[in-house]
Amino acid sequence: MRMRLIITAASIAALSVPLTAKTITVEAGADAQAKLQEALIIAEPGDTVQLGEGRFTLTDGLSLDVAKVTVKGRGASKSILDFTGQLGAGEGLLVTSDDVVLRDFAVENSKGDGIKSKGANRIVYYKLRVEWTGGPKATNGAYGIYPVESKDVLIDNVMVRGASDAGIYVGQSNNIVVRNSLALENVAGIEIENSFNADVHDNLATKNTGGILVFDLPNLPQMGGRNVRIFENVVVDNMTPNFAPKGNIVANVPTGTGVMVMANRDVHVFDNMLGNNGTANVMVLGYRYPYEDPKYDPIAKGVAIWGNQHDRAGWDPKIPGGAQLAEALGGSFPPIFWDGAGGDAAKPYVGDLVQALSLGLTDLKASPETAQPAMLAASTETVTELPKIVLPDSMEAVVR
Amino acid sequence: MRALLAAFACLALALFARSGAAVPSGSVSDTAIMATENPPLLSAFGFFKGGADRPSAALTAYALATPLFSDYSEKQRFIYLPANGKLTVEPSGRVKFPVGAALVKSFGYPDAAGKLSIIETRLLLHRSDGWVALPYVWRADGSDAELKLGGARVPATIRHAGDKDQAISYAVPNKNQCKQCHSSKDKIEPIGPTWQNMIFQSATDKARLSAQAQLPKNSLLADAVWNDPKSGSVEKRALAYLKINCGHCHRPTGSASNSGLFYDDMVAGDAAMGIGKRPVAAGRGSGNFDFVIEPGHPERSILLYRLKSTDPGIAMPELGRSAVHKEGAELLEQWIREMKR
Repeated sequence: MRMRLIITAASIAALSVPLTAKTITVEAGADAQAKLQEALIIAEPGDTVQLGEGRFTLTDGLSLDVAKVTVKGRGASKSILDFTGQLGAGEGLLVTSDDVVLRDFAVENSKGDGIKSKGANRIVYYKLRVEWTGGPKATNGAYGIYPVESKDVLIDNVMVRGASDAGIYVGQSNNIVVRNSLALENVAGIEIENSFNADVHDNLATKNTGGILVFDLPNLPQMGGRNVRIFENVVVDNMTPNFAPKGNIVANVPTGTGVMVMANRDVHVFDNMLGNNGTANVMVLGYRYPYEDPKYDPIAKGVAIWGNQHDRAGWDPKIPGGAQLAEALGGSFPPIFWDGAGGDAAKPYVGDLVQALSLGLTDLKASPETAQPAMLAASTETVTELPKIVLPDSMEAVVR
Repeated sequence: MRALLAAFACLALALFARSGAAVPSGSVSDTAIMATENPPLLSAFGFFKGGADRPSAALTAYALATPLFSDYSEKQRFIYLPANGKLTVEPSGRVKFPVGAALVKSFGYPDAAGKLSIIETRLLLHRSDGWVALPYVWRADGSDAELKLGGARVPATIRHAGDKDQAISYAVPNKNQCKQCHSSKDKIEPIGPTWQNMIFQSATDKARLSAQAQLPKNSLLADAVWNDPKSGSVEKRALAYLKINCGHCHRPTGSASNSGLFYDDMVAGDAAMGIGKRPVAAGRGSGNFDFVIEPGHPERSILLYRLKSTDPGIAMPELGRSAVHKEGAELLEQWIREMKR
């Protein structure tokens, strides 16, 4: 095997013959760290790094920096990258090259994030499991699946459990699809942050603190998050008490949050099944923390909510002053509420056949005690639907 | 087909043999530096005449006024310039090396008797299509060093003045981790050498290198030296420390670009420096604190919390941090404690 690799490398160098893709197989066992990392380094564009069955006991983070490489296991319950004994690096697996496919394996108990891809365009995450096996704990890593600063991202058929921040987190990226996935027992199930153009659909987000979040935060290289569609998801029973380390923005997500939109533009939430979320099935908020950044827009605008099925929600709103407000409202919040940030110009469109509340906190600096709760009148205007996200065919071909 | 394969094999062997060929003692192999494949043994380059303690006369040793902390390891740095190779020093002081140049950096610890024992030697080779970073780990007998693309862990003992000996698992970075720090816009580049931060062991070395360097017209003001109070204010020294230890990733073109937290030359205001900035992707690295830097309160500043941790999910910098840099942390503590905003 080693000889063949050398020949291939040398013949390319000497004759520039086109490369035929090869498969580098790595089995679990002694020295898995060095063997797997070396395979990820010597792989050439077009190659597949095939993981054998079993548990790979790893001591350090792994990384891939070669374009067009597929890392493939024998299944998310069969090929397991086990980082329980990790001594260094900020994540389990880091990808920094384009056109990479990660599929059919699991990452367990990484000390920091599970799988991070940065500046990795056209990445495909498929049939993966990222899990902190002890369940929800503040000592778990932050993000399970973590693409950032990337164009064209597909996350399909993954399962993430136990992340102390977001299970599936897409940050500062563009053209994104998250679908057919399960986010279980994370602080945030799925989070789209400071990103443009995302479709989040056909996912199940349950037993998180918050099911699906769409956020925009200040002081970051990419801001102005917009054009996000959340549809045909099941977002139920997100009642796990918030276990995020404080200081992180998700530590402020109220337990019992279904879908939460904060400081974005044009976010459409439709045709979802929502229920058993004690704070709200859908909430729309401004960014209500002190910041200094003239380029940042803290108001959520152009949010539209329609066609969703609502089960019970709002019986225990964990927002500041929530209990008193609920009492004033007869004991419970309606399934949808808006903090009122930005006033009428920012009022969300609500087409659902349930009540929706405004807290009337138009000014971002207003304290919750000054809330002027009022039911929102049914929206009568029409909404122009956002276009479907289309990914390059090379990405869809992987999962077809 | 078989004939073709055989031909490939012959070529491969020929190439392989050439890169592994013995190099005359004392001379550096320009061929090995420029080759497309990477020699499995360090000796192929001729940077050392045998052991790590015998550098070739073709290398120029240098040190850095403010170095990057790496688990209290001692480092030996060398520049190799090909014949007629010229350095260009930019107006900022950043040194541009010619194709064919190499930066050679050995890492080790003193043994119980105080003799420096080198663990690994990292190379940055400036090939025609850009820089390549390669880690070589010395054999136990010190006879040669082997290429470890996947990195390695080696037990080591830190013997630090005033402290008990500390056994650590020393991490030799893998090839990708080399790039993680040494990258700008996804291209590998040297990070340490700025002309004003470089210290040469002898005036002769400096004169020789200066003769091969094109210096900028502007004068280069020396940066404050992190641990020399005479060299600048606490703030200047803290910023010099942050620039060298954090600024290679924490800059708009570096591997921590998404954090919006920047410690490179171009300081872009309080929030970008972490003052009053909330964490973004810190996870449990936040330590339950709200701000990267809270003026007057190092004990509530995430920067210090992460600098003082060795837990891989928390520790910053992410690499070379099995131990805490106490003296560096003390400087930053003083800076934040005295900070008025």
